[in-house]
Amino acid sequence: MGKHRHTEPPSDLVLRVKALESLLVEKGLVESAALDVLIDTYENKVGPRNGAKVVARAWSDDAYKARLLTDAGAAIAELGFTGRQGEDMLVVENTPKVHNLTVCTLCSCYPWPVLGLPPVWYKSAPYRARAVRDPRGVLREFGLELPDDVEIRVWDSTAELRYLVLPERPAGTEGLGEDDLAKLVTRDSMIGVAKASAPGRPEEARP
Amino acid sequence: MNGVHDFGGMDGLGPIDYETNEPVFHAEWERRVFALTLAMGCTGAWNLDMSRHARERTPPAEYLAASYYEIWLSGLERLLDETGLLSRAELDARVAALRAAAD
Repeated sequence: MGKHRHTEPPSDLVLRVKALESLLVEKGLVESAALDVLIDTYENKVGPRNGAKVVARAWSDDAYKARLLTDAGAAIAELGFTGRQGEDMLVVENTPKVHNLTVCTLCSCYPWPVLGLPPVWYKSAPYRARAVRDPRGVLREFGLELPDDVEIRVWDSTAELRYLVLPERPAGTEGLGEDDLAKLVTRDSMIGVAKASAPGRPEEARP
Repeated sequence: MNGVHDFGGMDGLGPIDYETNEPVFHAEWERRVFALTLAMGCTGAWNLDMSRHARERTPPAEYLAASYYEIWLSGLERLLDETGLLSRAELDARVAALRAAAD
């Protein structure tokens, strides 16, 4: 699973997918235009900017944060983010003493409405294998070295329940509004393999 | 039920391969497989658990060698065949016809 990051499919595979689509269209089971809409939605419209808005709101509004931590689905829906693979959600909060990390050891469960589709590494065998066994080592591989006294909690996602990490609000952000705060919230910080960016240098951050 | 997909805790799978600025899809066929799977999921011919189980029944050696959307394709073909909506024979015949036309 891990080695196919850049997929260069044999023409067999491309032909097979074309054959499959043409048959399903002919049978009236799918419409090509509807497929295009689905692709555009998940390629261009739904993504981690949604989650970043949720986090920025939680950082700015204590009452919202309380709702987010008790009923994540409803609180996320308040911002208009709903849909498949986000039906049942739990938001887990990072603190100076607790760091949360999410994974799906069995496959690729991930909160689509707030993060979009997962990156290849999240779906890869090495991450799925080691996130639960050696989370501290995995975080080190992502460049995040946590002190020994920080507890790491690993959440294994399922089709029934998906997780979003609420990262710690970075120091020095007291004067920032939600839009500027959201720019500091990376995808990786909401998966739990990074912290939110420090202010002033979000452009250097990983996605 | 356990299976090859149950990677949690497994050793020897190597480093995590991180891609900076990763695109959502890496090839057009991945876009089509993704959308076909979602669209067929909306027909009600099967549910999410059945889809996942169909992917998990990809033969282990094939599963380990396949990319993510190849596994989705494998699962979709299996469900279509098992529900009788599209047999493997019919799909194979169309693939052969497309190949002949391309040659």
